[in-house]
Amino acid sequence: MYPGDLVYHKEHEWVRVEGDVAVIGISHFAQDQLGEVVYVDLPSTGDAVTADETFGEIESVKSVSELYSPVSGEIVEVNDALSDTPETVNADPYGDGWMIKVKMSDASEIDALMSAGDYEAFVNE
Amino acid sequence: MSAPAEHPAAANSDAAAHRPARGPRELIFELGAEESRCVEAPAPEGEWEPLEALLGDALRKTPPALPNVSELEIMRHYGHLAEMNFGVDSGMYPLGSCTMKYNPRINEDACRLDGFAGAHPHQPAASVQGLLELMWELQEALGEISGLPGVTLQPAAGAHGELTALMCFRAYHLDQGDVRKRVLIPDSAHGTNPATVSMCGYEAETIPSGSDGGVDMEALRAALAQDVAAVMLTNPNTLGLFEASILDITEAAQAVGALVYCDGANMNAVLGISRPGDMGFDALHFNLHKTFSTPHGGGGPGAGPVCVTEKLASYLPGPVVVRDGDAYAGRMPERSIGRVRTFWGNVGVLVRAYAYIRALGAEGLREVSEQAVLSANYLRQRLSGLFDCPFCRMCMHEFVLSGAAMRKEHGVRTLDIAKRLLDHGFHPPTVYFPLIVEESMMIEPTETEPLSALDAFVDAMISIAEEIRTDPEIVKNAPYTTPVRRLDEARAARTPDLRWRPDPGGLSADG
Amino acid sequence: MRYIPITCEQREAMLRAVGVSAIDELFDAVPDAVRLKRPLALPGPLTEIELSRHLASLAGHNAPATGLVCLAGAGCYDHYIPSVVDHVARRPEFFTAYTPYQPEVSQGTLQAIYEFQSMVCELTGMDVANASMYDGATAFAEAALMACRVTKRSKVLCAVSVHPAWRATLATYAAAASVEVVTSPAEETTGVSIVPGSSTLESLLAGDDVAAVLVQSPNVLGCIEDVAAAAAAAHAHGALAVVAADPVLLGVLEAPGELGADIVVGEGQPLGNAMSFGGPGLGLFACREEFVRQMPGRLAGRTVDVDGAPAFVLTLSTREQHIRREKATSNICSNHGLNALVAGVYLAAVGRSGLQSIARDAVQKACYLKGRLIETGRFAPVTSAPYAREFALRYDGDVERMRSEMLERGYLAGVGLAELCAGSGRPAVLSDQDSVVLFAVTEKRTREELDAFVREVSSL
Repeated sequence: MYPGDLVYHKEHEWVRVEGDVAVIGISHFAQDQLGEVVYVDLPSTGDAVTADETFGEIESVKSVSELYSPVSGEIVEVNDALSDTPETVNADPYGDGWMIKVKMSDASEIDALMSAGDYEAFVNE
Repeated sequence: MSAPAEHPAAANSDAAAHRPARGPRELIFELGAEESRCVEAPAPEGEWEPLEALLGDALRKTPPALPNVSELEIMRHYGHLAEMNFGVDSGMYPLGSCTMKYNPRINEDACRLDGFAGAHPHQPAASVQGLLELMWELQEALGEISGLPGVTLQPAAGAHGELTALMCFRAYHLDQGDVRKRVLIPDSAHGTNPATVSMCGYEAETIPSGSDGGVDMEALRAALAQDVAAVMLTNPNTLGLFEASILDITEAAQAVGALVYCDGANMNAVLGISRPGDMGFDALHFNLHKTFSTPHGGGGPGAGPVCVTEKLASYLPGPVVVRDGDAYAGRMPERSIGRVRTFWGNVGVLVRAYAYIRALGAEGLREVSEQAVLSANYLRQRLSGLFDCPFCRMCMHEFVLSGAAMRKEHGVRTLDIAKRLLDHGFHPPTVYFPLIVEESMMIEPTETEPLSALDAFVDAMISIAEEIRTDPEIVKNAPYTTPVRRLDEARAARTPDLRWRPDPGGLSADG
Repeated sequence: MRYIPITCEQREAMLRAVGVSAIDELFDAVPDAVRLKRPLALPGPLTEIELSRHLASLAGHNAPATGLVCLAGAGCYDHYIPSVVDHVARRPEFFTAYTPYQPEVSQGTLQAIYEFQSMVCELTGMDVANASMYDGATAFAEAALMACRVTKRSKVLCAVSVHPAWRATLATYAAAASVEVVTSPAEETTGVSIVPGSSTLESLLAGDDVAAVLVQSPNVLGCIEDVAAAAAAAHAHGALAVVAADPVLLGVLEAPGELGADIVVGEGQPLGNAMSFGGPGLGLFACREEFVRQMPGRLAGRTVDVDGAPAFVLTLSTREQHIRREKATSNICSNHGLNALVAGVYLAAVGRSGLQSIARDAVQKACYLKGRLIETGRFAPVTSAPYAREFALRYDGDVERMRSEMLERGYLAGVGLAELCAGSGRPAVLSDQDSVVLFAVTEKRTREELDAFVREVSSL
């Protein structure tokens, strides 16, 4: 449910650190709460993101949720495939359902995020 | 559309076999033939200037691909569509906050009278005195019923009325040299309230409900400050409860110079019993298509007249109707915010509402609210043992149940209960609103339902509750007897198909 | 009791079931201080016979346009309404239903909306159309707000030749939303606002801060605007082109979508809806597919049910107020669904070639009447641009007196431009418009009626 190699944000985004780049998506818990994802509104490559601020929106049939960036930096890649197949977020939230890659401006922000164990405890509260 | 209260689908896994043969049918574009006609084109009367000479480059090159169909095909097509619909005439429609009461037929005849339906909005006033008199009388009646004497009939719907009133508030504050920023709205409010606030350039701020289901007075007082432009409330609120501390609320708001708005969606509970003007509200919109029995039309047209205090009356959008001796005329109020639409208002709807108010009179309107409240409490009393009733005390014209326990224990959601009600021949209540109650069902029977219908609704809920305990899958897969079954809404949203398109082969003009 | 089927005996039983002894106890939660201690001061109740008589009497105190020779338009038109239209609209399954939130029992409404959306797309040449707005003016104002969302700009440019009530509505909405409205003037000789290559338009757009160029064609003077030039100018400066069109005239006029429009709005009343003193109208709203998520209002879409049967449902609802609340694309909830149904039935009833003939007839008869009125010497041309169903003439006398006198002779003799602009709070269309009359002609008018009108009006 919550891979151990990832770190998690309280708004239910996960981060996979690859060097100075953070790959960001939403957790299994988040996709399950949303239900069938029908649309993901993502920013563009080159845009700046700030930790704890929104970078996009995700929609199910009858809900809209904001997506929060766990880190600050510049977007270096966006998962454009989600515009045609948003359901990938449900099917593979930690793999093909990733959303953006951010070149981090402050790698220490990662330290503030939760481990898989802490996150699991957090969502079970 | 009617479904038997007891049907074999409940016990039969082959549910599809029990669906009526009628399902969706061809689109109207797929009917008829090139030469099919319903009405003939007007007969030419001698020679006219050729169109090419008149329109030049503006002339259309490819005609729109409209259907060409015969009259019978039209009647059958729409007849079939009608049969797939459920209206108040089909069965009980206890849709909370929507007041789906019976739509008297004389009102339908009235609005179609030539003297009303055939009038042009720019006729000289002398030729429409009957219409203007009707509108003036309706303004007076709504002012009396609300206790707010300034009335405009302009707004086309409830949300339009909210917008109109907030625009008046904004203009009023600006006239006081007062730039205000925030509008406070309880967490039980309709979505139109915050959306309206944004359209007016204000920030919506949510005030939590207290444990009794009313506005949390402490939270409200803490949020009130000089930058609050307005407080928007629904009273009775969306839990069907009358705000017991309404005078404290309006006084506290007015103490910081904020104006207080009443969303009139729930006025069916208090006609002749309590008036928003007397509660301290500065403005209110009526939904004529709820409280005053005009039909909802499958999504409008409604009408959302706005009533305000004296001090706000000069800001209302116009034209409003004024009387001078025996003559009636339209006039823009002195400091009017301007226009919010073309022409006079949704006059066809206004005629119906006027007819309803005249049919009932003061005593009749009061009886409407008395019976609406009695019927709601009767249902609440009978259903509250079956489902959780989070704020279970004497309600107004509606009440809210929660399916949270059913979901937890049996995995059956409120949505499933709603869909199962369709198999019993009932329109479901409003579900998942208000947002503050988990798995909510908001039930408003209205005064026009006979007792037999109320009892049949209770029986259906009992039977569904029983199914949930014994065989929840039946409920989870409902409905079975409707023209179509549950829809793939995710597919509709992921790959939107919002229109028919003609074959690329093309169509030709033959007129 | 009227409309309440509960008997006294049942009422007593219900009170007992609720556990109260009298109706008043149900209202214990209403504080005494806010209780109304007297009956409402309203006229007494009427029986159905009395009510019917009363309403007939009120209706009889009007001389409705449909009983006159109607030559008035200005946003509301006296087209013929085929008999089938109201027979469909009076089906209670349609008019007593709520918004189709429960699609399983609302396929009729939903399919009718889908067909209506398709027809509006066909008429306007756009990709998507919504399920309706309140009327043309509110659709116009919402289009301006939508263009601001799309472009992230907060200023719009509106042609002065747009219907004054629509401009006034735009001004009201824009003021609340802090959107600036700049008005572009009309060329007094031709009667149009959009003149290709005009330096005025260019200079107004030069700042690249305009969200939309808003134009109506035919405009309030009846003249056909150069929509393509407006769209090109808008696009050159990063703005959207918002075009207000007339749906009946689109039977013969080029679709705005073919001319570069990004959003097309219109008043749908001429599509089979009674004039009804101007309301309810029907707001038409269509746009290019790329902007669909910024659209206001409801959309019906086609999908399938769990058994794979084709079916319709409201979709892309996350734009709307009940889900997105303060971030919604609009606060609109109830729209004008029944009027949209009527428009769909109307378009099916007249059909492809019928709409073309109706529009052609109106244009040709308008041209005939204009020529005949000028021949009388009492009327002078105001505009030189091509026009369609409506035209403006300058009268050599008092316009309102002429209208009153002609009313007595059985004619609704146009609409005075000054009266139309009065109270709108917006700039006048023409610098000298006091004696200007707008005449509209539909296919309902016969040559005989037009000739008789010319005779009568010239004899005043």
